[in-house]
Amino acid sequence: MADLRSEFVGIKSPNPFWLASAPPTDKEYNVRRAFEAGWGGVVWKTLGIDPAVVNVNGPRYGAIYGADRRLLGLNNIELITDRPLAVNLQEIKSVKRDYPDRAMVVSLMVPCEEEPWKYILPLVEETGADGVELNFGCPHGMSERGMGAAVGQVPEYIEMVTRWVKASTRMPVIVKLTPNIADIRKPAEAAMRGGADAVSLINTINSITSVDLDLFAPEPTIDGKGAHGGYCGPAVKPIALNMVAEIARDPELSYMPISGIGGVTTWRDAAEFMALGAGNVQVCTAVMTYGFKIVQEMISGLSEYLDEKAMTSVDQLVRRAVPNVTDWNQLNLNYVAKAKINEDLCISCGRCYAACEDTSHQAIAMSEDRVFSVIDDECVACNLCVNVCPVEDCITMEAMTPGTVDPRTGKVVEQEYANWTTHPNNPAAAAAE
Amino acid sequence: MESRNFARLRPIGGQLRMKFHSFEIILPVDKKIIPWERYSQQQVTAGVCSMSQKVFEPGIAAGRLEAEAYAAQFSDLHPPLDQHEALVAADRCYFCYDAPCITACPTDIDIPLFIRQIATGTPDAAAKTILSQNILGGMCARVCPTEQLCEQACVREAAEGKPVKIGELQRFATDHLQEQGKHPFERADSTGKRVAVVGAGPAGLSCAHRLAMLGHDVVVHDARPKPGGLNEYGIATYKTPNGFAQAEVDWLMQIGGITLQTGSALGAQMTIEELKADFDAVFLGMGLGGVNALGAEGEDKTGVLDAVDFISDLRQAEDVAQVPIGRDVVVIGGGMTAIDAAVQAKLLGALNVTLVYRRGRDRMNASVFEQDLASSKGVRIVNHAVPVAVHGNGAVREIEFEYVDGEMNGTGQMLRLAADQVFKAIGQTLQGDALPALEGRKIKVDSTGRTSVDGIWAGGDCASGGDDLTVTAVAEGRDAAMDIHMALVG
Repeated sequence: MADLRSEFVGIKSPNPFWLASAPPTDKEYNVRRAFEAGWGGVVWKTLGIDPAVVNVNGPRYGAIYGADRRLLGLNNIELITDRPLAVNLQEIKSVKRDYPDRAMVVSLMVPCEEEPWKYILPLVEETGADGVELNFGCPHGMSERGMGAAVGQVPEYIEMVTRWVKASTRMPVIVKLTPNIADIRKPAEAAMRGGADAVSLINTINSITSVDLDLFAPEPTIDGKGAHGGYCGPAVKPIALNMVAEIARDPELSYMPISGIGGVTTWRDAAEFMALGAGNVQVCTAVMTYGFKIVQEMISGLSEYLDEKAMTSVDQLVRRAVPNVTDWNQLNLNYVAKAKINEDLCISCGRCYAACEDTSHQAIAMSEDRVFSVIDDECVACNLCVNVCPVEDCITMEAMTPGTVDPRTGKVVEQEYANWTTHPNNPAAAAAE
Repeated sequence: MESRNFARLRPIGGQLRMKFHSFEIILPVDKKIIPWERYSQQQVTAGVCSMSQKVFEPGIAAGRLEAEAYAAQFSDLHPPLDQHEALVAADRCYFCYDAPCITACPTDIDIPLFIRQIATGTPDAAAKTILSQNILGGMCARVCPTEQLCEQACVREAAEGKPVKIGELQRFATDHLQEQGKHPFERADSTGKRVAVVGAGPAGLSCAHRLAMLGHDVVVHDARPKPGGLNEYGIATYKTPNGFAQAEVDWLMQIGGITLQTGSALGAQMTIEELKADFDAVFLGMGLGGVNALGAEGEDKTGVLDAVDFISDLRQAEDVAQVPIGRDVVVIGGGMTAIDAAVQAKLLGALNVTLVYRRGRDRMNASVFEQDLASSKGVRIVNHAVPVAVHGNGAVREIEFEYVDGEMNGTGQMLRLAADQVFKAIGQTLQGDALPALEGRKIKVDSTGRTSVDGIWAGGDCASGGDDLTVTAVAEGRDAAMDIHMALVG
C-alpha cells in the first residue's frame, strides 16, 4: 500500500488531508473528533485579537443544490473565531499535546499593523503549533475592517505583513490567498517576496447564492437584508484548480509550495489538486456536508490510486500534470477527434441530440426508432454531447488516425504537431517567419 | 446448531442479509424484523387475516371481517407522494428530447415539461400542462396502466429498470391544483352552437369539457344516477377512494356551459334521431352496457353475477362491510375488471378467490402489475381453463372447467372449484338500436371520431379503434370535440 505520509513546509502529517480553517476547526471538541476520524492535520479557525468578533445570529450559510438536493456550493457570512484568544490557545495546546503526529497550523488575522502580529505570534508558538496560516482571504466582514481580503487584494500589503510575520516567528508561514482578484500570481509573488514558506488557495469567492423571491432579499437573509458571503464547495473546484495551476506553472513561482483548497470532496479531487501542484489539500465544505468520516474514503481512494499508478508516496503525484498545463496557443490544431455513441449503452434520452441540434453543430442524427449517431461530416468534437449525456462513457471522443481524411474539412489529418502560433490564419504567424 | 452460523445480520447496500448455514435471505433494510408472535398479532388486528368465524361461513355473507378492518382494506392503493417524495421523484427525469413517454401517452401529455414544473416548485403550472391535454388527468394518474405506457417508455426504465414515477407525479400535480378548487381554463365566448353528448364517462366528459371551453353549449346525458361512467362505477374502490370521481366531475364542470342530465338513457329517454334534430352535433360515448355470457351450462344459477355490478355495488356502498361476499369466489376473465373483482372479493374477506382465464398469463389484458397485485392479495390465478358447467341446487356450489390448449382446444382434463359466488368478467358489449354503422361489435369511427352518420361522432369504449382504457377514451373525446368544433365553426 502506498505511503500517504506527507511533509509540507517541514510539517509532518500521516496523510495529506487537512481540514481548512473554518467552523469545523473552531474548537477542541471538533478537532479531536476530526483527528479520531483520521484527518492528517487541521488549520485552526482564524484567531484574532480580543475582544472577539461577534457573529450574526441569523443564518450564516446559503447553498445551491444539484440533483437530489446534493449540496454543490455553500456561501458563508461567518467571521473569524468569536471565542476569546486565550481559550483557543489553551485548546490548541491541549489537542497538539495529545496528537503530536498530526499537523496543527493556526490561522491568524489581526489588524494590518506590526504590533498585533508581534503580540500574537509568540502566543501561538507557545502552544506547540506547527505553523501559521495568514488569512488574507476572508471576503466579508473582516475585509470591511481592513483585514482579510482587504490585505489579500493589495500585493504590497501581503508582502509587508508576511515580512513582519517571518521576522517574528520561527514557525513556517503559509499565506492564504483570496481568489477575488484578477491575477492570482500577483499576490503569490508578493507572498514569496515577503518570505512566505507556502501559499494556500483558494479562500472563498464573493457571492450571493440566491434571492428570496418573497422578501426580495439575498440569502442568507438576516432580518430582511443580506450581505455577500464567501462561496465554496464542489462548485468552486474548477476555479481553484486553475488558480493552483497558474501558480504551479509560473517559472518564477514554481517552487512555492501550495496547499490546495476549494471544493475538495473526494480522493479524486485531492489527487487532481496535487497533480496540478498542490503539496497537500485542505477540506471544509465536504465535511460540513457529510461529517469527518469522509476522510476514510479519501485515504483508501488515494492509496489505491497511487498503488495502481505504481507510486509509492504522495510526492510522486505532486506536479505530475503541471507540464501539461499550457496556453491555448500551444494546443495541437492538427489533432482531430470525433464523437462516438455506444448504442449498447445509449438509453435514447436524446439529450445529445437536443444539445447538438439546438445549440451546436447539427452533428447528431436521430432515427425514427430513436437511434442516435454522430454525423462525422459535421462533428467538431466540441464534447457537449459527452457533457450532457446521463450515461457515463456512452459517448466518447475518438482521435482520428493521422493520414485519414476528416470528412468535415476534407483534409488529411496531419501527423505533425502544429499550433496557432504557426497557423497561416494567425496574422502574427507571417511576421514570426 | 452452531449459533454463529445462525442469523448473522449484515446490512449491505440497502439490504439486510441473513445467513442460515449455506443459504442467505435478503431483506430490504427498511423492513425491521419483528418477532413472529407480535407479527401474527398485528396481522389479526390489522384485519389482513382477521380470523372471525364468519370467514369460514359458507355461502354469501356480509361482514366477514371485523368492522374496523374494512377502512384499511379499501384505502388508497398508492398513498399520494408528499412534497419531498415528489421532488426526489421529479429530480430523476432527464427531460428527454421528443420524449418517448409523451409518445407512449394516448393523450400526449408533455411529461418532461410537467415534471420540470414540479421540480421547480410550480405544481399548479404542471397540472395545467397535464390537464390541457387530458382533462381527467387526475383519474388517469390513478388508474392508467402506466407500467405499459409512459413508464414503460421512460429511458430510466431502459437505464436502471426503474422508471420515473410519472403516474404518481401526475397525481401530485393534479391533486395540488384540484384540492384548491382551482379550474385553470376559461370558457370562450358563446358560439351559439349546441352539442349533445351521450354518456358522462371519460370520453363524454372529455368531449363536453373541450366543447364547452371552445364556447359551445353542451348537454350531457347519462343513464346512471351519477356522472362519471366507469370512473364512478367500474373501477376498484382502492384506486379512487374518498369520492374522487365525483369531485373530479364537479371540478370539470366549473368550465360552465355544460348541462348534465342523469337518468337519461339512449333509447329510453331520448333517441339519436331526436338528438340529431335538436342539436348541431351529437357525440356518442356511452361505453359498453352489456355483459357477455359464459356459455356454460347452469350459468343462470343464483350466485353467478356480473363482475361490473359487484364493482359498482362496492363503489356505491355507504358501508363496504354491508356488501355480501362468498366464502369461495371464482372470477372468470383476464382483464382489469376481473382483477378488480377478484382483489376486492379477497379484501372483503372471501376465504378463497380464484381467477380463471382461458388463455395464458401473457394474453391477459390485465397488466403484469395488476396480476401481481392480485397474487399479493392472495388471489389464485388459473390459466388455460374454460367454464363448462355451473353446478348446484338452485345456488351455485361448484363450477367446472376444462383445460384447453393454446388453440383453445379442449384437453379433456377437468377442474372443479368450490364456488358460492361466481363473477363473470369476460368482456362487455355495445347495446342499442339504430346506431351508426358498426365495425365488428363497435361503432365505426375515423381518426377524428366521425361515424357513418353526418353530424354524429363517437369515442371511448363504444367506438372502434384504441384500447379500452380511460386515457384512450379521454383522448378520443377530446379529439372528437376538436373535430366537432372545426365542423361547427371552422
